[in-house]
Formats: sequence, C-alpha cells, structure tokens
Amino acid sequence: MRIRFWGTRGSLPVSITAGGIKRKIVEALLAAAGRNLRTGSEIEAFVERELPFAVSHTYGGNSSCVQIDIGAEDYFLCDLGTGARLFGHHVMAQKGPAAPGTFHVFMSHTHWDHIMGFPFFAPAYIAGNRIVIHGCHADLEQVFRRQHAAPCFPVEFDRLPAKIEFVRLEAGKRHRIAGLEVTPKLQLHSGDSYGYRFEHGGKVVVYSTDSEHKPDDARLTQGFVDFFRDADLVIFDAMYSLADAVSVREDWGHSSNIVGVELCQLARVKHLCMFHHEPVNDDAKIASVLQETVRLEEITRGDHTVRISSAYDGMEIVV
Amino acid sequence: MLVTTKRYADVLVVAAAGRIDYQNADEFKAALMPHLENCGAGRDQVVLDLSQLDYISSAGLRVLMIAAKEVRARQGKLLAVTLQPVVREIFEISRFTLVFDIFDSVQEALAKISPLALAAYESKSP
Ligand SMILES: [Zn+2]
Ligand SMILES: [Zn+2]
Repeated sequence: MRIRFWGTRGSLPVSITAGGIKRKIVEALLAAAGRNLRTGSEIEAFVERELPFAVSHTYGGNSSCVQIDIGAEDYFLCDLGTGARLFGHHVMAQKGPAAPGTFHVFMSHTHWDHIMGFPFFAPAYIAGNRIVIHGCHADLEQVFRRQHAAPCFPVEFDRLPAKIEFVRLEAGKRHRIAGLEVTPKLQLHSGDSYGYRFEHGGKVVVYSTDSEHKPDDARLTQGFVDFFRDADLVIFDAMYSLADAVSVREDWGHSSNIVGVELCQLARVKHLCMFHHEPVNDDAKIASVLQETVRLEEITRGDHTVRISSAYDGMEIVV
Repeated sequence: MLVTTKRYADVLVVAAAGRIDYQNADEFKAALMPHLENCGAGRDQVVLDLSQLDYISSAGLRVLMIAAKEVRARQGKLLAVTLQPVVREIFEISRFTLVFDIFDSVQEALAKISPLALAAYESKSP
C-alpha cells in the first residue's frame, strides 16, 4: 500500500506567512554562506541533504485528507478536508477529465475541517464519476448536503454531475470494499469519530484521527492496542502535548505524541506517523516535537522499535 | 510500584518507586490521593520524591495532573524532586515541566517552601 498525505493539518487549514518564508530563506542562505554552490544540481543537493526539513520544506497547511493506494483502479481516501482539492486536481491532471473513476471515501467524522474540501473536489463536478462516501455516522449525507446549501455555497448538492452515494458502515465489523478490508472503530470525540484499520496484501494501515485517549482507562487503552495491533503504519492524532491534553484541553477530542508512542509500543506497530497538526504550530515547532518524540521512543523502548515520523502535505509512505 | 511517605514538620514527602503505566495507574492514584487530603494554604505541603521512579507513562502522568489540580484547588503546593534522567525527559516532552516546580533534591524543595521542614529534614538525615 502507498499512503499519500494530501492534507495533514488539524482543525483549520493554515498557510505559511510572508514572514515565515523570509525566515526560511535567511536561514538557508546563512547555512549556505561560504559554500561553493554553483550549479542548480549542487544547490538542489545541498537543500535536500543538508538543510533541516523545517527550513527547506514545510509541513503544509491543508486539512485532513489521506489517500490509500492499493494499486487498484478505484481510489481510496480518508476524509475530505482541503487536501482533497489537491488530490482531485492531481487525478484530473493524471487521467484527464473524460475518463470516469470510482472514489471511495472513509469519513472519520463530519467536523468542518474533514468535509470542507468536498465543494472543491473536482471529480464531483464530472459526470460519469462515482463517489462513494462511507462512514458510521447516521447523518453523513445530510451534513454533506447542508454544506452545499445556500447561502453557504453556490452549487446545490443535487446539481453535482457525479454519482454520489452514501454507505453506512458498522463499527467493529470488518468490511470488504472494492478489494480493501476495512474495520472502523468508535473513538472519543465530540459527536463521535471513527478510526479505520485497512488491510491489504498482508499489510495494515490504521487511520486514527480526532481521537482522544484516556490514558489511565485500561479498558479503553486495551481497545486501541487491539485496533492498532501489529500495524505497519498508524496515522495518529498527536495535536497536543500530553500536559495540555489532560488539563486545559481535556475533552477537546485530541491526543498527544506521548500517547501515540505508548499505544504503538504496546501494539507493536512498526511506524507511527503523527497527524492533525495544531494550526498554531509552525514548521520549526512541528519539527522539534518530532525530534522529541523520536527521543521518547528511544528512551522508553523495550524489545520493539517504532519508527516515528510527522506527516506533511505531499508525504508518501509505502508499506 | 510503591508509594511511601515521610513527614518533616508541615511537609509530607511522598515517594513513588518503580514503574507506573496504564495497568497500575489506578493503584497509584489510590495510593497517592489520600496523602493530599490534608494539604492546603497554612496546612500541609507535599513534595513528590521521584528518585526511585524508573518510568512513568501517560496514565501515571494523568494521575499527577489530577493530583496537581486537587492541590491547587486547596491553595496548596505540590513539588516534584529528584527525577531520574528518563523520567525527567518524559516530563519535558510531555510538558509536565510546566505543571510542576521541579527541584534536584528534597532539601532544595524544602528550603524553598518551609524552613521548619528543612530543619526537621536536616536533623533526621545527617
Ligand atoms: Zn479535525
Ligand atoms: Zn473533529
């Protein structure tokens, strides 16, 4: 499976500011001072290999949208945040608007940051496309219709040329959808959210965002350990620090890097990818949290190693 | 996991030892909370001695957060002392360093909050 992250930001899409870009350029030029970089390829190599990611790149600011590519003709997406806009354009550019396609979407929940990309999802505007929106919430269709309704959006839902279907999934049950095995799990979040465990070709990827954990509740913890068990990759809501998550932001519905590492250690997960970044955090902050989390995994490691990364818009992980 | 206490004048030193994780966090909570009942402004102050604590997970940290809130609600003080390097890093990464005043020794903490307790401590441990 190839996982492509189209949107990784939590709660609200953000953009790097003019000042942020300038700071990166100043840092990059400082790092390059005295270096004999003459050709484009020398500079490219320097940027790629020697500059820290947070200086040479950005984590991006689109809200949640992750593609699960199993090499099939159908497309699979988790959530329709603003990252879905880029995905839609990418698909249209790749296959051309004339070729119809089927898009399966798995919705964690219907908070705005997870649906707001749909009005700008190009495949919905092309007749012949089929979009199947899967989820465990009873009011899934209603929420999507409401988002398209006046006075908030000019194109009514019923005028979208693509064929759009809604499929209700049962949590805790294993479903087979277009060749992909999917098991949803109920998570703690305002209005409920669902994580998805995807299995294909002997590989397991878990998408678990907008999910609060109660670390001292052994039963809930064990439920997530079972859900994550032996996964090759877990995409995990690590929006807050633990201190915030269990105090001022308790019951806000999100989790922390610490809980992510612990659950992945207990479940013997191979790779933890932190996701749903706090909008307030800039690239340097997200990079420093990543560094700390890598360190936490090292100092608390038993006989199992968990690889740690932090998702960015445009990132790809192959499992 | 083991919780023991020692009193020095108006300060109760609560020592937690071993490992605290999601499986014994409840036990830790049950062992810790009764010691906070007498704390408050003009009454007991509590110092958490973590010198024998080898590991603490988010579950244990959540108990410490509950303890800190409880003590704060009573206008008391809860200090943490002598964190082992691993526990110290866990506190830093989880941002619990912002929740607790952390000192390098029991003596240092007592010096900060109670001269009486410091005198009692120094007379007991020459
Ligand atoms: Zn969200
Ligand atoms: Zn949400």
